[in-house]
Amino acid sequence: MKHGEDVPDLKSVVPEVGLPFPRVDAAAKVTGVEKFAVDYYGDDLLWAGVKRAGIPHGRIRLVDTTAAAEIPGVLKVLTGSDVPGTNRQGIVHKDQPVLCDRKVRHCGDAVALVLAEDQATLKKALSLIHVDMEPIPGVFGIDDALMPGAPLVHEEHENGNILLKATIQAGEGNASLEGYDIILEETFDVPVQAHAFLETENGVAWQEPDGKVVLVVSTQAPFRDKWEISHALGLPMEKIRVIGPYLGGAFGGKDGATVQCLLALAALHAGGRRVKMWWDREESFLAGYKRHAARLHYHLGANADGTLQSLHCRLYYDTGAYAHLGGEVMALGMEHAGGPYRIPHTRIEGWCLYTNNPVAGAMRGFGVVQVSFAFERMMDLLAEKVGMDPLVLRMKNALRKGDKNCAGVTLTQSTGIVECLEQIGRHPLWLGRERWKGESGIFKKRGVGLAAVFNAMGYGRGLPDSALAKIEVTPEGRILLYSGVSDMGQGNATAFSQIAGQILGQESGNIDLVQPDTERTLPSGSAAASRTTYTYGNALIRACEELRRRIVGRAALMLLVDTLDDLELLPGRVRHPASGREILIATLAATMTEPERICISQFLMPVVKDVPDTGKEFKIGFPHLLFSYAAHLACVEVDELTGGVVAKDYLAVTEAGRVINPQSFEQQVQGAIAQGIGYATCEEVQLRNGRILTPDFATYIIPGAQDIPEMTSLAVDVYETSGPYGMKGVGEVGSNGPLPAIANALRDACGIHMTQSPLTAERVLAALQKK
Amino acid sequence: MKNPLDQYSVNGGAKPIDIEFMLNGRKTTINVVPNRRVVDVLREDLGLTGAKEGCGTGECGVCTILVDGSARLGCLMLAIQLADRDITTIEGLSQEGNLHPLQEAFIQYGAVQCGFCSPGMILTASSLLKQKPNPTRTAIREGLSGNLCRCTGYQKIVDAVEAAARKMAGREET
Repeated sequence: MKHGEDVPDLKSVVPEVGLPFPRVDAAAKVTGVEKFAVDYYGDDLLWAGVKRAGIPHGRIRLVDTTAAAEIPGVLKVLTGSDVPGTNRQGIVHKDQPVLCDRKVRHCGDAVALVLAEDQATLKKALSLIHVDMEPIPGVFGIDDALMPGAPLVHEEHENGNILLKATIQAGEGNASLEGYDIILEETFDVPVQAHAFLETENGVAWQEPDGKVVLVVSTQAPFRDKWEISHALGLPMEKIRVIGPYLGGAFGGKDGATVQCLLALAALHAGGRRVKMWWDREESFLAGYKRHAARLHYHLGANADGTLQSLHCRLYYDTGAYAHLGGEVMALGMEHAGGPYRIPHTRIEGWCLYTNNPVAGAMRGFGVVQVSFAFERMMDLLAEKVGMDPLVLRMKNALRKGDKNCAGVTLTQSTGIVECLEQIGRHPLWLGRERWKGESGIFKKRGVGLAAVFNAMGYGRGLPDSALAKIEVTPEGRILLYSGVSDMGQGNATAFSQIAGQILGQESGNIDLVQPDTERTLPSGSAAASRTTYTYGNALIRACEELRRRIVGRAALMLLVDTLDDLELLPGRVRHPASGREILIATLAATMTEPERICISQFLMPVVKDVPDTGKEFKIGFPHLLFSYAAHLACVEVDELTGGVVAKDYLAVTEAGRVINPQSFEQQVQGAIAQGIGYATCEEVQLRNGRILTPDFATYIIPGAQDIPEMTSLAVDVYETSGPYGMKGVGEVGSNGPLPAIANALRDACGIHMTQSPLTAERVLAALQKK
Repeated sequence: MKNPLDQYSVNGGAKPIDIEFMLNGRKTTINVVPNRRVVDVLREDLGLTGAKEGCGTGECGVCTILVDGSARLGCLMLAIQLADRDITTIEGLSQEGNLHPLQEAFIQYGAVQCGFCSPGMILTASSLLKQKPNPTRTAIREGLSGNLCRCTGYQKIVDAVEAAARKMAGREET
């Protein structure tokens, strides 16, 4: 379905939850008026830039800045010793220097910071900084990191190169795999993926006369940024203000400090002038965060009738030079390692490893994308082995409400994977698959592949997933919604506007949004973990209901009405239908004091109550209560001569609770599929000894308009009782399906079993030739 | 104005010159070094930040502008190449406060997510529709293949371009 014909004109409509509604930010974006962080300049602007290590591992002997500092137009050259605080940043572990002081741990490490009058001078100065380093042998992958006597990326880390080792067990997890009818064993490898958002990491910062440092930055977590800056630079929290405009994409890559601490440091030396830092594409590849490469060893036991019995996994995640969210990414991968299936006995072990590769962190599908490939290939291998239809096998084992998942958590909330699979089974693409496959041309083979996937929502136990919504009726009678969570393109700002419009009965054109600003909006967590609309939306509902009571209550006084039930809140006014009398909201608001006009409400995401006695190594982020589900079907054509793989048709059925905005929902699903197709077929950050061989869009290929097929997105209508209007997050689940669905389709098309991604023409051709 | 950078700069001491061109329907004169990139002229000198930059090497298309009606990349053009041309940026696409049918369709059909590619995408589409007023979906995809989008998966962009083409050809009232 195309949502377009049925989308109302924006300004004059009271938003209604559940109907397609165009984005509140779309008009400003299509006219070029919307200001992203990167669109902020300023008079008398300074430019800041970073000297990168250039080698993957080495001890710093000397950073010689003399020549750079002497160039006219260079204001300042700073090194590690100039960083006033701890000089360490990191979301969970503070292990990443703002400017390296003793050693460098990956090629993109920052060793010096330059402030210059313009970009040409900046570049020249950076090229004149000489970093004298003693190279140290590097650790360039999972095998290297685990090798006895391997060089240590962080000498002070107690477990050597193992950032985190953890185990999840359920049932008789430790039991041997012997004794089942079917035992399957396989190892899968997935590469580093880049977020490749189009607006690269950037920001502008300045210091106010009272010493406060203000940043306008492309960020998913403005409130956490404050904490990072405060810690790293030793600045008091109240001396930092972070403003986070709409982002030009992020997908997890702007969750965590990128330019923040560097820019704040620059601002401290800029004498009140504005400083801009804007990483170019190559620097973004080099220094930006990535999706973890992983190796996934699976050992699956099942009955001859296809009933899953036991799963042992060993999962290895390469987190690169710094922890970032590596341990948490691995934890989520482990929690999803068994797929959306009932497996009574599990033992899932994970190793998150430091290496001298680029830093891996959060990316849409956070650790789950990786394991989805493995468990869904295993399901198809099992279907073959027991001679079952892959859809039937999945339905047979699919989780239902009340079941325990592979982490031993009993599912108490909406669980709609069975309905997703049922819808696939009824769809013409599935029913007509044999005929479609038979119609392939010469030297082409066609296949269809399934994937059943899921994705947790929220931070998980141990890290309160909280939002503080704030809503105001201004003295002029307009509604001002203070969003504490960034909108990186996922459309939460629109959902918030819909919720406020619905409850307050106001037209969208009368609702203004304040984007995150640590001095105007309230801490509401990061734009991450498919949590944004769920958590903030729940808080917002309560705040709006309270504001509604206050407006109507004030109207009752002024209209001399005895009960509030007799009043209607309408666009711009309150009406007493019995008498026909009305009063403008502007008139009411003008009589209200500020504390009356502003409502604030907090919401905390519920957590698992019956916590299984496992995964104790995870201090935060385990386990999760809420999951969204999806079943994907990829129809794929393979060129037997070249190995080229093309997705010709794609169907996704998603259960993410009730849909608040069908258009936004479809945007999330389609976008996730497209990124997933990129991950499946072409995207790979190629590394050689820690150096990136693919630092631009000519070598790191992301899908273009011709590479993505027409997609069909269907929603399973399930009501999540804890969600705002019954919804759950839909941002991530769709990215988990494409790689396994396409890999399964390749098996169906030409009998090849792919264990390494991406499924490039070269790899597929090699597999075809080996057959 | 003496440029302290001349001895180092990539401009090799090039002197600013006057360059005249039409910008969004207005005659415009700028005084810049002739080898300044057009995307910098627009964004920094003229404040037209609707033209974005995503790669600086002609691979992503977010800096697209119209030069005499055709889509061109602002990151691969130098200021001197603006001389005597008719330039349209996203800021100049709407006429007298009315959105261009492509802009309307992008809003209506959900073709905007983060929106960073939208200006370039819309300008490329307008150039495409000038050449092919009635393109197939395949032709739209081909025509937009030089503009990357990381959010949408392109389908709604194709929907929007299709709808705008219909409207511009007068085949449909919205």
